Amino acid sequence: MAEKMTGAEMVIQALADQGVEHIFGYPGGAALPIYDAMFQQDFVQHILVRHEQGATHMAEGYARSTGKPGVVLVTSGPGATNAVTGLTDALMDSIPLVCITAQVPTTLIGTDGFQECDTVGITRSCTKHNYLVKDIKDLPRVLHEAFHIATTGRPGPVVVDIPKDIQFAVGEYYKPESETLRHASYRPRVDGDVKAIEAAVDLMLKAERPIFYTGGGVINAGPEASENLRELAELTGFPVTSTLMGLGAFPASNPQWMGMLGMHGTYEANLAMHDCDVMINIGARFDDRITGRVDAFSPNSRKIHVDIDPSSINKIVRVDIPIVGDCNRVLEEMIRIWRSKTNQPRTEAIAPWWKQIETWRAVGSLNFKNSDTVIKPQWAIQRLYEATKKQQKDVFITTEVGQHQMWAAQHFHFDKPNRWMTSGGLGTMGYGLPAAVGVQVAHPDALVIDIAGEASVQMTMQELSTAVQYRLPIKIFILNNERMGMVRQWQDLLHGSRYAHSYSESLPDFVKLAEAYGGKGIRCENPAELDAAIAEMLDYDGPVLFDVIVEKDENCLPMIPSGKPHNEIILPDTANIGSIIDEKGRALV
Amino acid sequence: MNAHLQPTGSAYFLTQETQQTERHTLSVLVDNEPGILARVVGLFSARGYNIESLTVSETEHGRRLSRITVVVIATPKTLVQIKLQLERLVPVHRVHDLTAEGNYVERELALIKVKGTGDHRAETLRLADAFRAHIIDATVESFVFEVTGKPDKIDSFIALMTPLGLVEVVRTGLAAIGRGAEGM
Repeated sequence: MAEKMTGAEMVIQALADQGVEHIFGYPGGAALPIYDAMFQQDFVQHILVRHEQGATHMAEGYARSTGKPGVVLVTSGPGATNAVTGLTDALMDSIPLVCITAQVPTTLIGTDGFQECDTVGITRSCTKHNYLVKDIKDLPRVLHEAFHIATTGRPGPVVVDIPKDIQFAVGEYYKPESETLRHASYRPRVDGDVKAIEAAVDLMLKAERPIFYTGGGVINAGPEASENLRELAELTGFPVTSTLMGLGAFPASNPQWMGMLGMHGTYEANLAMHDCDVMINIGARFDDRITGRVDAFSPNSRKIHVDIDPSSINKIVRVDIPIVGDCNRVLEEMIRIWRSKTNQPRTEAIAPWWKQIETWRAVGSLNFKNSDTVIKPQWAIQRLYEATKKQQKDVFITTEVGQHQMWAAQHFHFDKPNRWMTSGGLGTMGYGLPAAVGVQVAHPDALVIDIAGEASVQMTMQELSTAVQYRLPIKIFILNNERMGMVRQWQDLLHGSRYAHSYSESLPDFVKLAEAYGGKGIRCENPAELDAAIAEMLDYDGPVLFDVIVEKDENCLPMIPSGKPHNEIILPDTANIGSIIDEKGRALV
Repeated sequence: MNAHLQPTGSAYFLTQETQQTERHTLSVLVDNEPGILARVVGLFSARGYNIESLTVSETEHGRRLSRITVVVIATPKTLVQIKLQLERLVPVHRVHDLTAEGNYVERELALIKVKGTGDHRAETLRLADAFRAHIIDATVESFVFEVTGKPDKIDSFIALMTPLGLVEVVRTGLAAIGRGAEGM
């Protein structure tokens, strides 16, 4: 059973035994034994990144689009510290990552050795769990346990820090077996309490103004959870809204879909959240971008909250029926119990509610004034969406962070889960380009587009070089307004339009930059030429940097301003957003 | 929800707690592995919980288990979060809120150095006897007492020693355990 090998070989063997086909990494002194072991095998393919942050975001994109864990391999010191942003991002968005960091030899630990840092100390608060392996005997168990912890319960990043002498040491390797994974203290609860689920269904059966508020937990629970959500929505006839992280779990083309909720969510979704009598939260966590003012959040509803993480329950918003469990299993139970009680959706009982929702919908909160002289960013995304619909390929979208991200969430529509990769919790500018690389690695034949801003994309621009190296034909669709648009919008809202460092005085020529990297560059500033330019981008078999020059001062609306409840949302026809927030609200973000 | 919005000058929807804080003693059973204390303490500092007292030591050598007794002051809502957040840590086996569960005993040990001669010395010894403090070191002009009890007993002993020549104090922090036959 047990096989003798070096620590470095164990790492590669464990990856193979865990079914890992791709890892994202960057070599360095302390990691060399592992790289050497990798050189002598064919199973695990290594993607050489340009910066370790890129590796972590690639692994996130890979994980989010496949449901499998993303794996990162970096060296000690700066390799590990550069990975911190991506680890934190994965922790906030519950993305399963296993990050193997090399460490200086155990004898050098604590001596301020070359490229030494306290990796487990630094990453303790930005991982679900981390390990420093100081004995070769522990290595196989720790490697398998890392995958187990990263992928089960509420998923998250796990760091395994392996000193160089442990990589050289010889020990006995064993394969992952359930026996070795029967962890003494780590036992995530997956089955919801049946009594609580029954109580929830009873409440749903009496609801007159219900709403499903779904989140990333549905995506994390696997494609079946999305199927079950659709089924439950159909059985009940209830409207469905979702957080940024949950987009795609429920099809945007379904008439019960209300659009995204929250700070830049639709009018109908936010007003329905505010006025509902029964809220069914499935796999969302009452984030502050969703709730707005907590004391004015959905004041008259009874709340059901399904979450795999017990600490998410009652953390921000007090709920009436908490259910700790895996979203998919709880959805299955809800369907079963609903069916045992009735075969009818509550169509009649909730008809007045739907009528109310239709009046909110009629407001058209995502409308914008189009222009035939300048490209509006929202319109650019709509055209991109229309063009991709005609593609035979599966379409995956990643984003950076800012206005373009919210516009993408509003105007690009998803009918399937795992097609939308964005940095929600941490809000990491620079996420989208490397995430697109990771998605394309996992889905070589798919169409992968990073909807970006010109500011965000420059944070991890160098990963275009990775895309070129591995012939990954990602499309980077830059909405270029020469501003950090969301910062500029907030400065209009809160700081008297004093634009402190929120504009780009010196931008690269993105077309030349693309060419310098070995990709294709396209620029478009005329609305009349946009469709043709998008077609050119989609037709090109290779990475494209597409520079769309858009309206500079467009605001991202609708918006729930700080200090306001959901029903005081700003709508697009508001001329001057600078006058909306009062003194009290200015202190808030 | 009792939270409401305050113009704090800081970011985000800050809420002001209107719940009263309470002092609770938690008992946390953990794997005795390197970094476990840092994990627990890091969680408290990262999430802004206050630690009043913290005691940790291995309690079951064979199974490599340690027991952490931590005294926290927090609102009831935060206390629930502290327990749930602790339970999220991978090496944490169980968390018991002894105060909430009600039936437990707690003790602390202190070593107290008192310097003095003459009348003070005699009075010191008399009080030490009343508090059942043991002398564990003595010189012609000083004593080191060992005193065990609830924290408020130790507090009063220290208060009495202060005018009599208190030099320094070291306390172990609280150890607490549930009453009755049941274990954690």
